[in-house]
Amino acid sequence: MTFTSAHLVALLPIVVLGGAAIVVLLLAAFSPSRRVTTGATAIALAATLATLPIAARVIPLDVSPLIRIDGAALLYTGLLVACTLGVLGLSTAYLKGLGESVGELCILLVTAALGAAVLSASSHFASLFLGIELVSVSLFALLAYARDEKPNLEASLKYVILSGVSSAFLLFGIALVYTELGTLEFARIAELVPLESASSVYIAGGLGFVIAGIAFKMSLVPFHLWTPDVYQGAPAPITAFLATVSKGAVFVVLLRYFMLADAYAYRPLIVALSLLAGASMLLGNVLALLQNNVKRILAYSSIAHIGYLLVAFIAGGAVAIESASYYLAAYLASSIGAFGVVAILSSGVEGETQTLREYRGLYWRRPWLAAVFSLMLLSLAGIPLTMGFVAKFYVVAASIDASLWVLLALVIVGSGIGLFYYLRVLVTLYLEPDDVTPDGARAAAAPSGHVVLAVASVAVIWLGIFPAQLIDVVRALAFTNG
Amino acid sequence: MILAWLIVVPLVAGALAWLGERQSVRLCRWIALLALGADLALLAAIWLNAPAIDPTVRSGWLVEAARPWIPRFGIDFHVAMDGLGLLMVALTLFLGIVAVACSWTEIRERVGFFHANLLWSIAGIVGVFVALDLFLFFFLWEVMLVPMYFLIAIWGHENRIYSAIKFFIFTQASSLLMLASIVGLAWINASATGEWTFNYFALLGTDLEPNIAMWLMLGFFIAFAVKLPAVPFHTWLPDAHTDAPTAGSIILAGVLLKTGAYGLIRFVVPLFPDAAMRIAPVAMALAVAGILYGAVLAFAQVDFKRLVAYTSVSHLGFVLLGIFAWNELALQGAIMGMIAHGLSTGGLFAVAGALQERLHTRDMRRMGGLWLRLPRMGAVALFFAIASLGLPGLANFVAEFLVLLGSFAVAPAAAVLAAVGLIFAAVYSLVLIQRSFHGPAKKEIRATDFDRREMAWSAAMIVALVWLGLRPQPVFDAARPTLEELGVPAVLSDEGAEP
Repeated sequence: MTFTSAHLVALLPIVVLGGAAIVVLLLAAFSPSRRVTTGATAIALAATLATLPIAARVIPLDVSPLIRIDGAALLYTGLLVACTLGVLGLSTAYLKGLGESVGELCILLVTAALGAAVLSASSHFASLFLGIELVSVSLFALLAYARDEKPNLEASLKYVILSGVSSAFLLFGIALVYTELGTLEFARIAELVPLESASSVYIAGGLGFVIAGIAFKMSLVPFHLWTPDVYQGAPAPITAFLATVSKGAVFVVLLRYFMLADAYAYRPLIVALSLLAGASMLLGNVLALLQNNVKRILAYSSIAHIGYLLVAFIAGGAVAIESASYYLAAYLASSIGAFGVVAILSSGVEGETQTLREYRGLYWRRPWLAAVFSLMLLSLAGIPLTMGFVAKFYVVAASIDASLWVLLALVIVGSGIGLFYYLRVLVTLYLEPDDVTPDGARAAAAPSGHVVLAVASVAVIWLGIFPAQLIDVVRALAFTNG
Repeated sequence: MILAWLIVVPLVAGALAWLGERQSVRLCRWIALLALGADLALLAAIWLNAPAIDPTVRSGWLVEAARPWIPRFGIDFHVAMDGLGLLMVALTLFLGIVAVACSWTEIRERVGFFHANLLWSIAGIVGVFVALDLFLFFFLWEVMLVPMYFLIAIWGHENRIYSAIKFFIFTQASSLLMLASIVGLAWINASATGEWTFNYFALLGTDLEPNIAMWLMLGFFIAFAVKLPAVPFHTWLPDAHTDAPTAGSIILAGVLLKTGAYGLIRFVVPLFPDAAMRIAPVAMALAVAGILYGAVLAFAQVDFKRLVAYTSVSHLGFVLLGIFAWNELALQGAIMGMIAHGLSTGGLFAVAGALQERLHTRDMRRMGGLWLRLPRMGAVALFFAIASLGLPGLANFVAEFLVLLGSFAVAPAAAVLAAVGLIFAAVYSLVLIQRSFHGPAKKEIRATDFDRREMAWSAAMIVALVWLGLRPQPVFDAARPTLEELGVPAVLSDEGAEP
């Protein structure tokens, strides 16, 4: 295969991110100014976004067997890099109160974004594993970023161990598939696995292990046990990253695998995913009811949301990509916003602002943050005038389209339960304030955090009222992989 | 796009009222009043000029407008108004003004945000009454919930958090079923025609298998039955009404419940005529159960507002009965019942609010003998109470009489049992007055009687009730084209329909 300029153009987003990682590394080492490092990182991420329209001119294109740049790849790269940019803004705001250096964080965020971009374009098990590890390894350090905070270390350690185990599962699964088929390319797998070999133990076992590994990264029930602890212990902006970019990237690669390897035809896989989705929706929502910690509530809610997302995905066919993409976008924007509020309120606060009690009467103290938080909660609950509503509509439409009646019923039951805890948090924000003012009320975060919240809010409202714009983009891009 | 303005004006005014709080509290109140007044003026303009605005409009409709919104699913911003919609929007705006007037002295904290929520809720309700795209309808159906939730949760009484969450979960969970039904219906239509649409008129003729129609219909029916509320879905209502601030109770009882009845008339029966007819006996049984059960429970209450709340269950039972009797007499009665209930119960809630503001209690055991101190208030309360019990000459009588007449032709047993409810109504209404205003005074009560502002809103509602009671014809005339379009059978000759 010859490497032409077209290939380079298609690869631009990944190239820019890779280059950025080196530049930021050097800056962090030699430039004493926080502002220069974070500024350069922000510019690099924005530049990555700017290269997407350029790359869009040459798609779809296979750049080596590992990477396939198509519309979907660019769309998801854009979403995930934009989220990373948001997390960067939140982190800068958060770290200002903490007095921690920011250089390493910038490097790690860029490498994680690089991993997410690779996953978005992956067409091969090797690049899948590479991307997942890039994201995970960056996260090990990010989770423990505030080294003096004990919960940070605990969260990081938990994640390191469990993530390592799940990666081992993933690798073993990939090896089994390779044993049977002799290829790791998604597209080749589609050719080699006709329906009769569906009974092969290697394939079934291998894909089972792969799904288990991926379900762990997406924290689907019953592989979710680490989620609430790690979410609670991690620095709030990193929790946001974990909930958005890390989960989103893994979901994206799952979607790609299904599209390219035509895995929808493989029934046992669909059944397994349906079970995972159903369990996640039910348990995620039910367990969230029992929590009194905002980060834990959001953690369980994110488990449930990935369940809804999987329903759209399981539906299959053209509507599936479209609805899953829209749902993903809505989930990313709302999560960044929700965790963003937590991050800003936690900046420089010992033990962070986490318990529900500390959020009591937030509206009367910090109306702007409370309004944003309310909006994000309503969006997560799927109430109109927000992206979350259109996303829920899409999930319902997709599941009706594919006649997934049981899963649809679970979506409805899950959303019903979900309302309860979203409202519980929501109403707390508007209660009479306590006499004691929690530290969070005084947390002063840098303006970059507020900029992120403003952008997320505008996106959630604007695309909630006029979803057609995003739908057009999704449809234009998601279907150019043919 | 005059209909869009009808929705936009309160939306924008709500935001202005929120911002205006910094300037002055009175400003918020005036913004709310003016916005609702302006909306009423717009409505009057529609009513007076309807044929002149657009002669090409569909028969039976006054105005119609559509703009593409989400082309991917064939979703339009499609609004239209017919006689039924006109009546409902008029009721909404009228009660909205009463609600603002009632809150003039009651709400003293966070006034701007209060009026913002009130206006946004009204905007959503107006939207529900004019939306003709099922997606848009659902969208606005939910938009009206969130501000109402805040009204109850922030400015409500003792158990407000519990009540607000209960209210929200009941209505939201049931409306998710409706969403599934809406999408299901549109999907069946799309797989038949190859094109997605949520247009009401396009979906009207969808060909459905009886089984599927039944399931889809149930999704709509449950959502509307919860909102109405029909027994056994009514348990959110007493809590929400009791704990809501006065304005919230008025809007909740006066108009929010009517969206359920409206939905049954506009969507359930026309979209699924056969399935609706199959479920009609069940629905009428629920209606009768609601009439009697609500009345009995109302009698047992000692909380003024809770008593009134249970009377709503009873009154809305009549509306449900009228709708599922599905003939012109009964439906005219049901529509009249929606308006009359809005006025009389809204009035009683306003009186309850005024009482609570003065006495700081709603417990009737701590009232009694109020008439001596508060004669004007007593008279107003008595009027609304006898309106509520269905005294001939007032609007409620017309409504209940027509419903009974219409349903007797279809289901005599149900009509007979429902008629018993009228006796119960007399009992609970009079008990309400007797316990609170008559009898020996329980303690020295220092309270001022109704002032000019309070007499003004009372007078407006009283005049409306008397006028509709003596001359209901304009309401029937307004609703008739709608019923004709729906193909409602007449039970008697047309002369018979005009008492």
